[in-house]
This record gives sequence, structure tokens and C-alpha cells, in this order.
Amino acid sequence: MNGTTFLGMPAFPRAARDALGDAQLRRNLAEATRTIRDKRAEAVGELPDWEELREAGRVLKEHTLRHLDRYLLQFEERVTAAGGTVHWARDAAEANRIVADLVRRTGRSEVVKVKSMATQETGLNTALEQAGVRAYETDLAELIVQLGQDRPSHILVPAIHRNRAEIREIFRREMGTGAVGDDPADTDALGDDPHELAEAARRHLREKFLRAEVGICGANFLVAETGTVVVAESEGNGRMCVSLPETLICLAGIEKVVPRWQDLEVFLQLLPRSATGERMNPYTSTWTGTADRDGPREFHVVLLDGGRTATLADPIGRQALNCIRCSACLNVCPVYERVGGHAYGSVYPGPIGAILGPQLRGTASAVDRSLPYASTLCGACYEVCPVKINIPEVLVHLRARVVDDSRRRPLPRLEGLAMAVARWALSSPRRLAGAQRMAAAAARLLRRDRPIRRLPGPLAGWTDARDLPVPAPESFRTWWRRTHP
Amino acid sequence: MRTALFVTCFNDTLFPNTGRAMVRLLERLGCTVDFPLGQTCCGQMHFNTGYQRECVPLVRRFTEVFDGYDAVVTPSGSCAAMVREYHGRVAEVAGDSRLAAAVRRTPPVYELSEFLVDVLGVVDVGAYFPHRVTYHPTCHTLRMLKAVRQPLALLRAVRGIDLVELPSATECCGFGGTFALKNADTSVAMCADKVRHVLGTGAEVLCATDNSCLMHIGGALSRLRTGVRTLHLAEILASTEDEPASAPRTAEGATHR
Ligand code: SF4
Repeated sequence: MNGTTFLGMPAFPRAARDALGDAQLRRNLAEATRTIRDKRAEAVGELPDWEELREAGRVLKEHTLRHLDRYLLQFEERVTAAGGTVHWARDAAEANRIVADLVRRTGRSEVVKVKSMATQETGLNTALEQAGVRAYETDLAELIVQLGQDRPSHILVPAIHRNRAEIREIFRREMGTGAVGDDPADTDALGDDPHELAEAARRHLREKFLRAEVGICGANFLVAETGTVVVAESEGNGRMCVSLPETLICLAGIEKVVPRWQDLEVFLQLLPRSATGERMNPYTSTWTGTADRDGPREFHVVLLDGGRTATLADPIGRQALNCIRCSACLNVCPVYERVGGHAYGSVYPGPIGAILGPQLRGTASAVDRSLPYASTLCGACYEVCPVKINIPEVLVHLRARVVDDSRRRPLPRLEGLAMAVARWALSSPRRLAGAQRMAAAAARLLRRDRPIRRLPGPLAGWTDARDLPVPAPESFRTWWRRTHP
Repeated sequence: MRTALFVTCFNDTLFPNTGRAMVRLLERLGCTVDFPLGQTCCGQMHFNTGYQRECVPLVRRFTEVFDGYDAVVTPSGSCAAMVREYHGRVAEVAGDSRLAAAVRRTPPVYELSEFLVDVLGVVDVGAYFPHRVTYHPTCHTLRMLKAVRQPLALLRAVRGIDLVELPSATECCGFGGTFALKNADTSVAMCADKVRHVLGTGAEVLCATDNSCLMHIGGALSRLRTGVRTLHLAEILASTEDEPASAPRTAEGATHR
């Protein structure tokens, strides 16, 4: 398994068990998610019209998705008119090929990158490496992941699973390698103060920015009426990537388009407050085509489908495409907080990952089949989502898809049998009463008057840590019949 | 007003005392409830696990059994939410327009605290419960029904009660229906934190509006021999000087009273 792919991931419960045993990870995650959760709650609490804003965001997204074809063509037309080029990619492989070709045409073998989920999704860095191109991540957290040959575990803070001490170790190891501009002596003395770490990263990156001729970015939004690419980030590195190089290539999913410039008013309020708990996004770069003597000479936008059109066809599942990648749902998710992002086996972890992955990639793999079940349906994600994606609703919908697929398999599964028996017993009050009598008799036979402490097979998952009450000697309905003749 | 009790299959079988407490409480408040014997299950377990097809007959039965009542009251926030949010979906997915129409005719289904506060308009139900209690808002009562203030208002009005706030109360306990089995490790990890918070309050009793979540948290409280017992809201509200809520359910000793 290389640094950025998740091939051959085990199903969620297995991966989660390993993660749950990692004390350092548990602590890092609990601290980080709590801090960011509190910040978000405060920033959102300030706005009296937050609910109206969420509704506006949802309506805008829904409208755009309904007319996606129109807005995408409009976007292409405006980009072209502004001197840029739009490329269409059916899937990850095609997107990567297009980007690699564009880089190759510049004759360069290095690119600087703004943090982008779409390029993570397609595994662009690996594809570029195979094409002989070195990609430098310039977002601090993304750089930590790249240098640590690690995988991202959060949408916004891909290195959230690392603490300061671990980051310092990665920097010491990877920056002091004698590469141009690095001074091993400096990194040896490196402390774990956040400012010191940021400064080390800054120095490590500066010279790469100045040397870079090609920049690669994603997009938070693509504005159809102007042909503008909008990149929101916090560090300013993204601003450098989109403005310094000669060539700028943007890779973005087709669902990132918004109709009008004015729509940004809604999203640029929703995004920073949900994502980092800030009132305003620190660096919002908007780029439209090319201009003489200013910024990139060449401007390309690669629009990625990658399972999005198929997702759009599902009336319940399609709301997942509303997502503006704020990660608020990850930060409030009690499951994510405990197991972290890697167990989700995808660059999209947490609640949004659990509904996006199985839709974009399908449910062929074990991990994708298990993701819709990686939730208690507690609804905390839906409550915070700035574009009101009803994640529990989609999860349950995808569970039905997984079950319906399994019905087609020749061998019935234990769970399917149990559900069929339960349905049979529950389909009439007589049968239910019969089942209750049998359960009570079994309890009597085993002379159980205490909670059950051990059960066999799959039920052991319950009794490993929890007692189970025995069925009541007299069910409610029997009592009612007896007392209400 | 013709009110029906939907006790839920789960309480019917495992926690009949909750149903009995409901009947006692509502009758004390002068509200006659009927228990239509044809009732079984709202279909939540099947629906939430992905067995939507299996839900269809259960939803049909529900609409038939409760047809004609003015209101249905149930001791389960999550079952009330299932009926309110998803019975229509089950009919729609099955493409059954007759069933969809029947679902639209279903009388309003209330979780107990909603019924008491919003329908009957009572907060002080005349209960007496001289114990230290902490309340865990279960996720579906909290986020699907949005019944946030009702249970607490009812508990605050109980005489003798020492109601203490549960830290991180709104965080899920990790039950999640079949999640507790399918993702047992994560479920237990979440439960451990909930148990820690419950123990931190020094409460004798953990109260909630769903026995399913209480069975999960209570199962851990019992396994760890914490001596903390779990009680459904109905049982605390039904409790009086003359008829106190009965013996512990999950601690060592008797499971049923
Ligand atoms: S699903 Fe909603 S909360 Fe989660 S990342 Fe997307 S927009 Fe944010």
C-alpha cells in the first residue's frame, strides 16, 4: 500500500478495532476535535440567521445540481472566453492522465500544490510520480502527511491524527536530508512549538514556490457566470500557488459549480464558520482565465465526474453532492472522534465519507459495504451540516442498497436469516406473544434471574462488555390481557 | 380523546414495567389509554439495518392497528421518530400508494414526554422520587423529535428528586441498534465515555426516554458492578410515595420485579 491509496482496506469494524487500541491517536483526536467543535459552535452561535443561511445553502446546491448540465456548459464557455481551457474527465485515471499531459507539455518535472480533495481522490500525486513529475504539497498539514509518507485522516486537517511531537519528528527526519535550501543543523534543533514548526515548513517550502513553474489546485467553488475558480485556504500558500507559476491547473469535481458570483456570499459565510470556526476565511483566491503580465499564462480546469453523475441519479443519495467539504460532520461525529479517519478507507472519512465513498466508488469492496453501517445514526452530523445533508437518511438508504445486493448472492447470510425470522415473529401479535413465551420459558429453564453475561457467536459482541437483561417472565401484553379483561 | 399506547415490541418483551408505568401514570392523570392488542413493531430495526422490504407488512399493520385513534403515545423516542420520519418512506419505496395514504392518515405519534407536556399540558405529574438522578437525552428524542426541554421539565417537577446534569449529555451513547453488534468495539468505546460521565455525577439512577439505549449503558453499568441503575422516564414519573418505582433492573440481583 503506498502513501496515499487505500487499496485492500479491511472492513470498517476491523480497521476501527485497531485504531481504538492506539492510545496516542485517541488522545490526539479527542483533543483536536473538541477544540474545533467548540470553536465552530461559538462562531455559528453568533449568527442569528444561521438556520436561514443553511437553508439558502441547501437550496442553492439543490438548484445547481438539478441544472448541472447547463451550469457546467456555461462555466466552460466563460473559462474559454477568459483565455482558459476546460477538460472533461470521466474518472480518476482520465483526470490524472490529462493533468500529467498538461504538466509534461510545460517541460517541467516539479509542481507545487494547493491542498485539494479532488487530487487526493484521484491519487494525482502517485500518477504524477509515475509520469516523472514531483509534486510538492504546500498546505502545512498536507505537507506533514506527505513527508510522513502517511495517509490523510481528515478533510481539512489531514494530519489531525498527529500531535506536535510527532510532527517535529517527521520534520527532523525529512527536512534535514540535505535537499536544496535545507539546513540539517536547523532541523536538529527544532522544537515542537507550533510557530517554530510552521517556520520550518515555511522555509522548506519557500524556495519551492519561487522555483515552481506549474501550480495545481482544486476548487471550493466554480462560478458558472464568470468562469472563476475559487480556492479557500488559511495559510496563504494557496495564494502563492495560484499566482506565482506560469501554468495553473485546477482539478475539481463537477458538483463544485455554483451559478452566480453572488452565491459566494452564502457559501463564504457557511464554510469558514463550519470548518475552522472563523468568521471569515483568511485567504480566498479567485482566479478567472489569464491576464497579460499578471499570474499564470496558461489556465486549465479539469472537471471530474468520478461517479458523480451516477450519484446524481439517486434521488436520496444525491444530496451528498451538496457537500462543501467543511468537515464539521467529522468533528462532531462520535465514531470519527474515536477511530479517526484511516478506518474509513478513503480520502473522505467520517460521516460524509460514509455516504460519499460507497456512492462514488460503488459497494463492491468490503470496506465500502461496511461504511453505511459505520454510524449509530445519532444525527449529530446532520445537525451541523451547513448545507443540510441528511446524512443519517442517506446512510439508511445505502444500507438498504447493501442488503438488496446481498439478497442476490446465493448463500443467505446469518443476519438476513435473523431479520427474516424477526419479521415473521413480528408480523402478527400471536406470533410475537408465542416468541415472548418461548423466550421467557428458555430463561426459566436456564434458571436465569440475573442478567446474561455471555452469549455465543455474533452476539458475543454485545456480552463482551455489557450484560443483557433476560426476557421478562410476563410480557406487557400478557399483563394487559390479565388486568384489562 | 381516544389515546392508544404503542408499547413497542422491545419494551413489550424486555421492559414490560415501563409499559405498566405508562398506564399507571396516564390513568393517574385522568387519561384513559387503550392498548390495541394487534400491535407489534414499528419496523425500526429492519429499516435502520437496511431491510426495508421487511418493513412493509409491519408498517401496514401499524397503520391498521392505530387507525381511528386521536393520538398514539409511546415510551420510545426512536420508535416515535421511526413512525413520523420514515413510515412514509417505506410506503414510497415499496411503491404502495394505498399504504402511503394509510400512513398519511396515521394519528400523531408522541413520545411520552411530548404527550405529557405538549398534549396534556402538564409538567408536574405528582411524582415522588427521592433519589439522585441524571438524564441522558437519547439521540432520536433529541435530534429527530427535538424533544429537548420536555423530559427535563418533567423531571425537575418531581418531588424529592436530586436532578444532576450529565456532562457531555448530548453525545451518543454508542448503542445505534445493530451498530452495537456490527461495530461492537466502537460501540463499547463510546459507552465507556458515557459510563464515565454518568459515574462522575454520583447519580444512583440514569434516566432516559429509550430503554434500548438504557439497556446498552445499563449493561455496562451492571457489568462493571457500579451499582447505578437505569430507569425509563415513565417509571420515575409513575413513582409516588405509595407506589415507588420498583427494584433495580440491571444491577446484581433481580432483573425483573
Ligand atoms: S457533509 Fe456537510 S458537514 Fe460534512 S463536510 Fe460536507 S458540508 Fe461539511
